[in-house]
Amino acid sequence: MSVDRSDASDALEEPAAVAEPLVHVRGLVKHFPITRGIIFRRKIGAVRAVDGISFEVRHGETLGIVGETGCGKSTTAKLVMRLLEPTAGEIEFAGADITRIKGAKLKAVRREVQMIFQDPYSSLNPRKTIGSIIGEPFAIHRLETDRGERRRAVQGLMEMVGLNPEHFNRYPHEFSGGQRQRIGVARALALNPKLLIADEPVSALDVSIQAQVLNLLREMQHRLGLTLVFIAHDLSVVRHMCDRVAVMYLGKIVEIGPNEALYDFPRHPYTGALLAAVPVADPSRHGDQRTLLSGDVPSPANPPSGCRFHTRCPKAEERCSIEEPQLENKGSDTQVACHFPLTREEATEIGVRSAR
Amino acid sequence: MSASEPLLRVEDLRVEFPGEDGVVHAVDGISYEVQRGRTLGIVGESGSGKTVSSLTTLGLTRRQGAQISGRILFAGEDLVTMEEEQLRAIRGNDIAMIFQDPLSALHPLYRVGRQLIEAVLAHQDVSKAKARERSIELLGLVGIPDPGRRVDDYPHEFSGGMRQRAMIAMALANDPKLLIADEPTTALDVTVQAQILGLLERLQRELDMAIVIITHDLGVVAEMADEIAVMYAGRIVETASAELIFSHPEHPYTWGLLKSIPTLHGPREEKLVPIPGAPPSLISPPSGCHFHPRCPYAQPEHAVVDPLLQPVSGEPAHQVACLLERETRRRLWAELQAGRMPEEALIDVGLGGALP
Repeated sequence: MSVDRSDASDALEEPAAVAEPLVHVRGLVKHFPITRGIIFRRKIGAVRAVDGISFEVRHGETLGIVGETGCGKSTTAKLVMRLLEPTAGEIEFAGADITRIKGAKLKAVRREVQMIFQDPYSSLNPRKTIGSIIGEPFAIHRLETDRGERRRAVQGLMEMVGLNPEHFNRYPHEFSGGQRQRIGVARALALNPKLLIADEPVSALDVSIQAQVLNLLREMQHRLGLTLVFIAHDLSVVRHMCDRVAVMYLGKIVEIGPNEALYDFPRHPYTGALLAAVPVADPSRHGDQRTLLSGDVPSPANPPSGCRFHTRCPKAEERCSIEEPQLENKGSDTQVACHFPLTREEATEIGVRSAR
Repeated sequence: MSASEPLLRVEDLRVEFPGEDGVVHAVDGISYEVQRGRTLGIVGESGSGKTVSSLTTLGLTRRQGAQISGRILFAGEDLVTMEEEQLRAIRGNDIAMIFQDPLSALHPLYRVGRQLIEAVLAHQDVSKAKARERSIELLGLVGIPDPGRRVDDYPHEFSGGMRQRAMIAMALANDPKLLIADEPTTALDVTVQAQILGLLERLQRELDMAIVIITHDLGVVAEMADEIAVMYAGRIVETASAELIFSHPEHPYTWGLLKSIPTLHGPREEKLVPIPGAPPSLISPPSGCHFHPRCPYAQPEHAVVDPLLQPVSGEPAHQVACLLERETRRRLWAELQAGRMPEEALIDVGLGGALP
């Protein structure tokens, strides 16, 4: 079905060896209308949640999407899942255009793409036993119709994610947060999907439990050769999990590239600022110099002209407010949308904190 | 009061909530001190009692029918037995608190300025105009741009970071000697979190406040705290200077916390060491050492003997509640630091088989 993880990392060094990507997104746009009036609804504007992004997800790799609240990372996930209708752009999955498909065709694609949600408390129906929650994908897609076989399949999944198969008939409230997230993983893996999208899968969990779920996801990657899109706001977690990383800001990808390259030599000033802002669990670095971003993220309903980051960027010049930068190579391994990307020296200044 | 007397001294504090299913032992005999101008970090997971202990300091658990024993000495006076009237004069005045969620802590229907004025007038006998002046000054102090205009905004017109700044402004209204910050940045994005932490540090220097910061994020305490207390199931299991907690942690739970988070600077392929299981029930906490059911190194007698918080030999300011021998703990931590998993470390150190 797909290459395993070690092959995927080899492939990073020889891009020519990579075959057709599993997911190919081109110029994806999602605008949510802002309306006024109850009977006569008029559109008075739009929240530009995702505003023209392109990326690909290769077979067997983990693509991380990071960014702050409102940057459009979850909307991107829902668009790829086809849970939202894109305003413009194209989504290609396994070589076929899935942007506008409907009905049976869409259902067939949904079988191949599964999702793990952030909140393990609200994403499981409290009135169903976990056996029927994990077995629901089989019911929806009319698979494993024999009761005994379905039960065996579900119990196999439970065992795989580290749940006791004897707990088949228990209800979600009997499980802790970490175990519930395991239930979510088992449900997502039930149909052996080609692509798994995890939207902040650990941010609702306690620290000690986070590691259980992260280790489980990694183990599943190794064992099943999963292709994973991992969405998170925590840069350390993304670094731990992903082969490639895309950084989003106000509906745009501002930088994308292989994990090591992006963390060792961030080129976009926003990537640099994000890395510098992460508190480091090491008091000996207490009091290190850090560049702090001033201000807040502007409203996606009325994004700044030119480069959207120019209002907060320490390096912004006049050109940045006029001309929108495109994602391109700027002499290192990542693609960056910036007129004045960080130099080695500037990156090391931040890197002193992040990669010493 | 002598100069060496701590600003806040908590002695053997116990807080219990009688409930339908039994008595919840939320805080189970904790003691700590906070010196003037210093920062104490209280670290723990949900349900460890960290929030309840600080709410009790302000007398905020009285109405919930909590049964409180022990002493909380603030500038020599016991807050546990103090009359409500007297406590009200201290609350928001000498001791202030900021909460995790600034949106629900601010009243949505009143202008930010009015809420600040109320905080000033509650403890100072000044005119309304003076209080308004003070409010504008406070908003400026916490870095809200154009405070003269923003003072008349409603909370919904503020961004998340600005609301937390407004909360801090309100807490500072009467120059508190002690600020209790309960997960002050958990609801915020990393770049805003960095701003708020920087602001708290600056204010502490300028106003010579003591801070108690409650968090589950080890990065945040490493940035902020001078001393750290690690709480588990209503008890303090380890306390020491921030440097020692991170360089020479002694409690297996502290090890678990440190080893279960991915870092920005460690090797990327590092294996996370999760803490198995889930936090215990506070109605019927485990016998013996409360951590023994989740401790990979627990010995049979640990289920019976209750460890006391005792100074580590040679490090008088470092206390730990663990039944393992000092030498064994030292070797176990060295093994973990060398990248070994708990099971391997157990064998290498030659400890008897762990509990099933």
